[in-house]
Amino acid sequence: MTDFISSTANPTEPDVLVERTSGGFFDHLIYVLRGNPITLIAFGMFAILVIAAIFGPLLAPYDPAVSNVSIALQAPSWQHWFGTDNLGRDVFSRVLIATRLDLLISVAAVALSFVIGSMLGAIAGYWGGWLDSILNRLFDTIMAFPLFVLAMGIVAALGNTVENIVYATAVINIPFYARLVRAEVNIRRDAGFALAAKLAGNSDIRVLAFHIYPNALPPMMVQVSLNLGWAILNAAGLSFIGLGVRPPTAEWGIMVAEGANFIVSGEWWLAVFPGLALMFAVFTFNLLGDGLRDLVDPRRRT
Amino acid sequence: MLSLKDLTVSFQTRRGSVDAVRGVNLELGRGEILGIVGESGSGKSVTSYALMRILDQGGKITGGAVNYQGVDLHAASENAMRDIRGREISMIFQNPRAALNPIRKVGHQLEDVLRRHAKATRYTAKIEAIRALEAVQIHDAEARYHAYPFELSGGMCQRVVIAIALACDPKLLVADEPTTGLDITTQKAVMDLVSTLIRSRDMSSILITHDLGLAAQYCDRIAVMKDGKIVETGPPDSLFLTPSHPYTRKLVNATPRDGASVRSLLPTDKRTPLAAPKISSKPLLEVRDLTKTFQGKASPVQAVKGIYFKIHEGQCVGLVGESGCGKSTTSSMLVRLADPTSGQILFDGEDLAQTPAQSFARDPRRSDIQMVFQDATDSFNPRHTAKQSIAEPLSRLTSLKKQERAQRVKELADLVGLPHPLLNRFPHQLSGGQKARVGIARAIAVNPKFIVLDEPTAALDVSIQAVVLNLLADLRAKLGITCLFVSHDLHVVRLLCDHVIVMKDGMVVEQGPTKTVMGQPSASYTRQLLSAAPSPPIAANAA
Amino acid sequence: MMPGRLKTILLRISQSIPVLIGVVIVSFVLTRALPGDPAVYFAGAAADENSIAEVRAQLGLDKSLPEQFLVYVSDLMRGNLGQSLSTGQPVTQDLAQRLPASLELTLIALILSCSIAIPLGILAATRPGSWIDHLCRVLVTAGVSMPTFFTGIVLIYIFYYLLGIAPSPLGRLDFIYIEPDRVTGFYLIDAAIAGDLETWWGAAKQLILPSITLALFTLAPLARMTRASMLSALSSDFIRTARSAGLTEGSIRYTYAFRNALLPVITTLGMVFSFTLGANVLVEKVFAWPGIGSYAVEALVVSDYAAVQGFVLAMALLFVGLNLIIDLTYTAIDPRIGFASR
Repeated sequence: MTDFISSTANPTEPDVLVERTSGGFFDHLIYVLRGNPITLIAFGMFAILVIAAIFGPLLAPYDPAVSNVSIALQAPSWQHWFGTDNLGRDVFSRVLIATRLDLLISVAAVALSFVIGSMLGAIAGYWGGWLDSILNRLFDTIMAFPLFVLAMGIVAALGNTVENIVYATAVINIPFYARLVRAEVNIRRDAGFALAAKLAGNSDIRVLAFHIYPNALPPMMVQVSLNLGWAILNAAGLSFIGLGVRPPTAEWGIMVAEGANFIVSGEWWLAVFPGLALMFAVFTFNLLGDGLRDLVDPRRRT
Repeated sequence: MLSLKDLTVSFQTRRGSVDAVRGVNLELGRGEILGIVGESGSGKSVTSYALMRILDQGGKITGGAVNYQGVDLHAASENAMRDIRGREISMIFQNPRAALNPIRKVGHQLEDVLRRHAKATRYTAKIEAIRALEAVQIHDAEARYHAYPFELSGGMCQRVVIAIALACDPKLLVADEPTTGLDITTQKAVMDLVSTLIRSRDMSSILITHDLGLAAQYCDRIAVMKDGKIVETGPPDSLFLTPSHPYTRKLVNATPRDGASVRSLLPTDKRTPLAAPKISSKPLLEVRDLTKTFQGKASPVQAVKGIYFKIHEGQCVGLVGESGCGKSTTSSMLVRLADPTSGQILFDGEDLAQTPAQSFARDPRRSDIQMVFQDATDSFNPRHTAKQSIAEPLSRLTSLKKQERAQRVKELADLVGLPHPLLNRFPHQLSGGQKARVGIARAIAVNPKFIVLDEPTAALDVSIQAVVLNLLADLRAKLGITCLFVSHDLHVVRLLCDHVIVMKDGMVVEQGPTKTVMGQPSASYTRQLLSAAPSPPIAANAA
Repeated sequence: MMPGRLKTILLRISQSIPVLIGVVIVSFVLTRALPGDPAVYFAGAAADENSIAEVRAQLGLDKSLPEQFLVYVSDLMRGNLGQSLSTGQPVTQDLAQRLPASLELTLIALILSCSIAIPLGILAATRPGSWIDHLCRVLVTAGVSMPTFFTGIVLIYIFYYLLGIAPSPLGRLDFIYIEPDRVTGFYLIDAAIAGDLETWWGAAKQLILPSITLALFTLAPLARMTRASMLSALSSDFIRTARSAGLTEGSIRYTYAFRNALLPVITTLGMVFSFTLGANVLVEKVFAWPGIGSYAVEALVVSDYAAVQGFVLAMALLFVGLNLIIDLTYTAIDPRIGFASR
């Protein structure tokens, strides 16, 4: 078997035939999208989210904050696609508007943990030693808490604001990135290409930053996509129990929490539509993972 | 006993179906050992999996017949096959450590097989298992019965795999590259054991290997495979002395052996005269009392224990030893990737050990000392094209402008015989031989005075190895570089080096001119290494 | 072999000590990181300057930080987590009172999800491309995208409001049943001990929806891991050896592949516990489940910080304990562990 596989991996076709260069980023994007229909769908869904986040306020048919008790608790109709809530606000407009806030929270939190986790993990993985031991203890301690519970504790301690939700979500995600980068850097620390880079006159920092770290990106991208999903769930969960975002701000978690009170009396649309929006976002991020990985992985180029 | 008729195996891949084996015909007699030899991708392993019917998913026998003592194995039911496997035909594999269940005691794995084929009951299983371990000459078999695979050495694991394969007295043993990855002395011990057992039990065997020399030593008959077909079959002597198929001739030529020169590995029409390198009497590099101690888990481990040697300008010195002998540690100290614990590395009279490895990247002598790495796949940044990889040392260690660098990369590509279009490819898009060329081009890019070649051909097929060795010989003559050639294979080292250093357990056991060391070795270890290496019949057309 | 094993186990237990210390430090920092003056919060809304100063002295907040930490630790040692503002009880007592409710729900959910996810993952791996493989993939992708609180609400709407087959989602037992005598605090066990089938069934009915909600959430990571590790075990070299020795499909799958595949699954369980304990808080709120999660949520609403911090610490201790059990199980299964540390 092994020699069969290696034969396909080492193409021996005439060398003249192939003069394909590394190509532009967009060529590669198109190649990746064409190669996998699920990735194409995921990028399409992601585009919808981004459009809703950027143009949400322009697209919303009603003012999400204006209440009109005379039309309270109306079921979905042509006027109000997602119905109206107990204060007569248009649920569709509120769900649409909330996209921006939810995405901002999760993207900001993931970006923070990505940057901090990458740096700490790269340092720990490359130099090892006591620094590695201390960082490991720190991550062990963070991971020793059930993560959502730790986030609750942090938001409760720092104060009930949106920024603190971002910080709390970032803190609980840092160990994931740090551990991943640490492992990826560690296995490549003595790889031939890292040694070759040193022989080519690169200092340790350059070897780490320009040769080893970029190779950790493909698995990182999968983690980023999963984490965006978790982060959004986490933020929505926190606001569901009354932390962070406060009503009357439109946010999916709060809307589900408010709608929950009406579910036992049958007014399902209050909770279901924001809940579905939340699911749609998380689902999109989860699907995005493989596509993002393929995008940053040169080995996918053929 | 066994006959394959027109066996065809194809694999379903995303790009359609690929024929890995195309109409193989083979006959195996009782008591015969048949070698199937071929380079990677020739379909030799797939053939054996097909006859055992253990092909991976996607693999399918699409034609032909497999007849084993009157039973059509291609048509047999899966249940019947299960009874045949292990009991009639069994198999041993490459990478023995992975071939055993990591979390089950080896004794229990033996018992599983014994009880499956009703060779033992619950009560006799343990005794039978220990007996099977004793049969493969495992000392203290009773203690080994309780061992897990990770507690055993590679050679010991292979013995256990053999014990499992032979536990139920099968009539046919299929050995798929059984010694690849093992040290040469272990290889000899394992192969001697297998052949003794096969002869004493009156079994037949198929030995699948890429090593023509190994097959010649142990097989009665050899079939040479290429691209899923058998191109030639015959007894080892006639195959070596009078190969009829051009591919066999190429393979025989390319196999390093006694008396061969580096040019004789190539096909006759490519044997251009080789210029003799100029060796000066001035030592370029001198190592004095070099030691390296690692902090082990329990106690410090001494990897290199005070070694001395000299390399003259223009010389190519071979550093030979088995895994764990300290040759890699030594070479990484020489290229200044690791700091010695003590000792001197005099380069042009200056002690390099004074400059710590960490800051050597900024040392002006960085460009004087370069290296060609062993694993061609691992030694290239997967995100860089061949061009970028070759240009990297140029941009860090020289003051060339971008244009000049591109020009230099093209020159280097010509020098190592790499077509320019390939420069834009990523490592995974290059073949092993092409990657070896890129690695050499990168190492000579900054005109170093001294190069360490760390097993540059270990992962290559013999025909490619022949080409790469010749390229190295040419470059050495043309550029006058001084090299240290690190290898586990004395026969390969001999082709390129005028001087050999043999290492064992961190010490130099012997050094001297290649002819002396290979001809009249003084150390018993050198003799052991030499006798362990398979020695194929000397080809008639060897020059 | 055996002494080495024992050493590994002791070593592993001792390794959780620094983590415990870390947990205590973090929870101390969280207590002191309160915005503004903690004394103001702990004194309550109706406090004046004097009572705040009194509270400050009482809490030891006038002392230096290291001193405060020592007091905090010695209080912890005595099981003193402070007084809850909302219930007026010691926090430790409140938590102990409510912990069995949470544990009962969490454990049932975990058993439920393991008993579905692991067989599902195995079947999917042994029959790649079959309908069960596709079902597994759909469940795995959809499962991780479901916010627990939302799943709970949808289940309530369908089974309570639309179909009317589920009991009202309010707590552990409908008021028509009498609470069983407290032995373990687990209603199912206590009712069984009391021999009260009716109450047992009443408690079981209340458990169904919340435990399904939690189980659905943990199903995905478990099934995905089982499938992946089973696939990689099945394609490993030693399976080929076993196959070429003629072993039966059953022993190849279970003795050889599954036992090896179990190792990464056990590791995943740690992560799954973390998710479950977090999601527990949300599910308890949705189903008005009187466990420590909803206790913490109520405490958050009235800014009862001692209760919240006590809850965070208790959850962390619980999780450290669970992880220790997981690691010890792993050690028992994998013979290689003892060697790595020696």
